[in-house]
Amino acid sequence: MMDNKMIVEGSLGNYVDGGVVKGFQFLGRLPYYRGLGLSMVEDIVIEIDGETIPREKVRFHVRGKTYTLDEMETVYDNRWNFGEQATIIGLREGGLGAGSHKVSFAVRYRVSYLPFVPTTKDTKELALAA
Amino acid sequence: MTIKRGVSLYSFQNETFQGKMNLEDCICTCAEMGARGIEVIGEQSFWGWPEYDVDPAAIENWHQLIAKYDCVPVSHDYMLDYKRYKGRIMPFEEQVASVKRDIEFGAQLGVPFLRSLVSIDPDVLVAAAPHAEEHGVKLLTEVHAPLHFDHPWIIRIAEAFEKSGSDALGFLPDMGMFVRHYPRVWREKFERMGVPKNIADYIEMAYEDRVLSEYVILAVQEMGGTGPALAMAETLRHNAAYEPKRMLDHMDRIHNIHGKFYEITEDYVEPSIPYDEIVSILQQGGYDGYICSEYEGNRWIEDAEEPDSVEQVRRQQVMLARLLGEPEVPALKAA
Repeated sequence: MMDNKMIVEGSLGNYVDGGVVKGFQFLGRLPYYRGLGLSMVEDIVIEIDGETIPREKVRFHVRGKTYTLDEMETVYDNRWNFGEQATIIGLREGGLGAGSHKVSFAVRYRVSYLPFVPTTKDTKELALAA
Repeated sequence: MTIKRGVSLYSFQNETFQGKMNLEDCICTCAEMGARGIEVIGEQSFWGWPEYDVDPAAIENWHQLIAKYDCVPVSHDYMLDYKRYKGRIMPFEEQVASVKRDIEFGAQLGVPFLRSLVSIDPDVLVAAAPHAEEHGVKLLTEVHAPLHFDHPWIIRIAEAFEKSGSDALGFLPDMGMFVRHYPRVWREKFERMGVPKNIADYIEMAYEDRVLSEYVILAVQEMGGTGPALAMAETLRHNAAYEPKRMLDHMDRIHNIHGKFYEITEDYVEPSIPYDEIVSILQQGGYDGYICSEYEGNRWIEDAEEPDSVEQVRRQQVMLARLLGEPEVPALKAA
């Protein structure tokens, strides 16, 4: 559900840290009718123009806190709220060039009552914001 | 003694997710339809719950909205994420403590009922029951497809509730147990995903014939079905045409109803779920709680069109008002 609303339109930009472009980022939403504690987000896979960003180079940022995916597995005091736009960061030297890019965003999340572990994916063509 | 109409705000998830409707919009919309019972999924409607305590101002706002629109709090649907820890199930005592915290939150919201998911261990619920009694609320296990009232898991829960001697434990049947015909919106979505017409025809006919899901899945494999065709066949594992009259054995513990629906047509009919029969059986059983609309067609059509949840809920409320023999509420007539 909400599969096609995971990637927020118009949100693609470069990720700048200390004045240096260290990757790219976009806003992402959990495709679910509620939020989830961060320990239940099992994996986030980002592809940019067909290139998969390695798991250790993905960062999840919400309300001033940034986590690696491994760190998120034991975060019990923070959550990705219903409809909340988190910043999804892919570390990639030089970030992205101007123009349009194909972004894929897949989330695997552990839901206590489901007899399977769902993965939901959204792919959108986004222009890099100036 | 009469059945009352309500809405689970789950129904408006597509709009609230996108910020197109807020809590006041939702409650106002329900009130305009004469659906005065309001059910919430706590963590959908209240920011941060359960990792964060809910802001007292948000609870105050809830009570003001309920009063402003002359509505009635019905249920807080809690989740209990017992798989919060990777690779291990939450310990029993921690589960009980978690349910107790939701009971306190539900009491703050003024709801008489809390919805428990069907997979929750009944022993956890029995252990939490005294706390529910103290707070004047009942824990209702949502009997939801593929489970049903004749399934051994539900029989075990019913036995545990009886043995407990507590009247704070009960059931909340979800009408998705009574899918009599294969929903059109399901078939249409699978066809958009590439299921060939002959296979979709076969699955729909096998559903009408009540063929065991495992045989249907094998037959679809033998027809050359892959991917989406198998997924369509596998929906028969999850939903089925169970008998609404099975609720009659449990009426003393049924206190809320999820009016699940996938589509209501322009002439106010849910083509797949026999609501006329359901209402008649609930009346026969002396049910006098709420039927809360639970629109779930959204996820079946969103790839093709933006769901209009408000219109779908409005149509179901018209259908329910008619089935309940209410003098038609004027607001229901407006498009």
